Amino acid sequence: MQRIGVFVCHCGTNIAGTVDTKAVAEALGREQCVVFATDYTYMCSESGQNLIKDTIKNEKLTGVVVCSCSPRMHETTFRKAAASVGLNPYMVEIANIREQCSWIHKDKVEATEKAIILGRAAIAKVLLNTPLTAGESPVVKRALVIGGGIAGIQTALDIAEAGFEVDIVEKKPTIGGKMTQIDKTFPTLDCAACILTPKMVDCAQNEKIKIYSYSEVDSVSGFVGNFTVKIKRKARFVDETKCTGCGLCTEKCPMKNVPNEFNLGMDNRRAIYIPFAQAVPKVATIDPDHCNMLKNGKCGVCSKVCTAGAIDYKQTDTFVEEKYGAIVVATGFNPIDVSKYGEYAYDQSKDVITSLEFERLTNAAGPTSGTLLRPSDGKHPHTIVFVQCVGSRCTPERGKQYCSKICCMYTAKHAMLTREKYPDTEVYVFYIDVRTPGKNFDEFYRRAVEDYGVHYIKGAVGKVSPQADGTLDVQASDLIMNEQLHIKADLVVLAAAIEPDKSARPLATKLTASMDTNDFFTEAHPKLRPVESPTAGIFLSGVCQGPKDIPETVSQASACAAKVIGLLVKDKLTCNPCVAHSNEMMCNGCSQCANVCPYGAITYVEKEFRMPDRTTKVRRVASVNPAVCQGCGACTVTCPSGAMDLFGFSNNQIMAEVDAICK
Amino acid sequence: MNADLKEQVLRISGSDVRKCMRCGKCSATCPSYDEMEYHPHHFVYLVERGDIERLMESESIYKCLTCFACVERCPRGVEPAKVVEAIRVEAVRRQGMNHMKADDIPAKLDDDMPGQALMTAMRKYSK
Repeated sequence: MQRIGVFVCHCGTNIAGTVDTKAVAEALGREQCVVFATDYTYMCSESGQNLIKDTIKNEKLTGVVVCSCSPRMHETTFRKAAASVGLNPYMVEIANIREQCSWIHKDKVEATEKAIILGRAAIAKVLLNTPLTAGESPVVKRALVIGGGIAGIQTALDIAEAGFEVDIVEKKPTIGGKMTQIDKTFPTLDCAACILTPKMVDCAQNEKIKIYSYSEVDSVSGFVGNFTVKIKRKARFVDETKCTGCGLCTEKCPMKNVPNEFNLGMDNRRAIYIPFAQAVPKVATIDPDHCNMLKNGKCGVCSKVCTAGAIDYKQTDTFVEEKYGAIVVATGFNPIDVSKYGEYAYDQSKDVITSLEFERLTNAAGPTSGTLLRPSDGKHPHTIVFVQCVGSRCTPERGKQYCSKICCMYTAKHAMLTREKYPDTEVYVFYIDVRTPGKNFDEFYRRAVEDYGVHYIKGAVGKVSPQADGTLDVQASDLIMNEQLHIKADLVVLAAAIEPDKSARPLATKLTASMDTNDFFTEAHPKLRPVESPTAGIFLSGVCQGPKDIPETVSQASACAAKVIGLLVKDKLTCNPCVAHSNEMMCNGCSQCANVCPYGAITYVEKEFRMPDRTTKVRRVASVNPAVCQGCGACTVTCPSGAMDLFGFSNNQIMAEVDAICK
Repeated sequence: MNADLKEQVLRISGSDVRKCMRCGKCSATCPSYDEMEYHPHHFVYLVERGDIERLMESESIYKCLTCFACVERCPRGVEPAKVVEAIRVEAVRRQGMNHMKADDIPAKLDDDMPGQALMTAMRKYSK
């Protein structure tokens, strides 16, 4: 005969405000096998836990039902309390009478009735519970960082610092990410390359860090502590181990008119190229879309000039398979395409540019060697209009609903730097709100206005019209003056919204990590677990989780590394014992469970079975790897013969709960 | 604040003025801006405030060309031109010109006239 104890929590007034907890305890006390039932203000408090512990001992309980908040909150608390007095932790069940009852109902009578029903279902389930023992799985002491921007670099450096091996997978030929394209960084105005390149070099020199540049994640299998990742190393047609990065090939290549993506197409590179001087690894890459030798076998100049013999036109994509204990996503962002906003005439005039293009126009390694010149005629612009919130804070039909967060500050930076270098330039900034929360941020913006005389105008730009004389007529509203303005501008700079990199969505599918509607990765908890994905072993770093500036990205990257290190220092992880298992006598070998399993935990084995007529027969049956199974239950509902079942959530238990609810 | 009038304007326009983030894009894009006493963003703002009578008395409601540039470019989907139109409709109705009644329609039916024209007239000239 089982002996069940029921504990009903008030959660202050969270539950007791809408549910008559005393009545619930009394009603559940009359249920079958229940030998003890009580209510208490805070079951999760130490005294509440002691009440449970003492009752288990005194009443010799075989099972416990706690009617309280969601099991996501305190299931572990109560299970640990039970375990401390010798009751198997899996003999504790939670009836969620807060999130699923008191918080969503107003009528006390009805809510009380529902709480009793939920409690009754939990009692029905606990009566069928069996003691379970959690197994252990080993941890591979190596981390993978996907994305080699400042977020990925910082995370990798911090993990390596703690003594663990880290691999960085970067799809571009060099690590560094967006920060390599930025000229100066707010609010201190230090040169981006000067602070970034030392970190890139650190990555290259660190023995614990391996960089897979020009590579992508092909597939991911396994689970926390034990991921297997297949990395696709795209053919760069240059032997990385031989190339010295001398750059001779990039000077001699006859294909001179390839748009240079590093300068956003504002100048050209060759078909064989090194993205920029401080690239890591400093290795040339052949662009197969533009190389004559690869396209039609005619040329071979780079191979002739290469003294290291590094050119290999026959190179193909290769695959590497590695095991990792943890995976960090640091896939970053891109500015959106602003062509869709026809009113800004981005497609009609070369002198309407995005802010990232402006960065390149002011950078010494940019197309104008750092002199601010108009793209159309190479002349100095004398009037510049900056437009904020292009594509940010919109309806979903028109753009992004979120604030891109970084634009207010970089626009203030651009405006300030322009006024400093070219004091004869008039600079206008059209803003909706100036958002500058952050250390020394508002002071920075005020400096642009007060010290540098940037004209901030509260209003929006409605139309940009290219004029015959090469200027741009900017029609805008000035909401404070209640005027419609026409500014004759030489250059218009659009602060384009930022969006997650396009590679993030397919990667999320490979990692079974969740995303929001904007394709930002979802964190396990928006406040309390901001750098972990809900999928165990997947961590988030940088803008892939939400818009961030560099200081915030670096903070988050280090926080992420701390979480990864916390995982990698463990020798073993406790597994979830609530996993699937197959009844081989019932399994008909249909493979449906293996098809639906998102974790690849189910394999099929040929097994010899004794038949009733004393013969033997080889049958194909499902076999679950308990270390890989996450207990999602997809197989149990798919199995047509009812052979699949889940420990802790057996079909019997679920049916007993349903029966108890419908009684 | 005239709550009934506000509700009526919101109902006719089908616009949610609370979505406005005060960016001024509507007024930035408006080709009739200089002709108007109250500009598109004022319409949205004053309707949200329920301060509509002064708009009805202003010439501005007739200066709007209904070109829909503001509707097209509003980042928040507020549709200012529809708000202006709603106030114009409301103003016309109050001028005692609501002589169009449902009973009158059969007599006015004409094969050459699009049905939509009648419907529009009905909307403008009847309550």
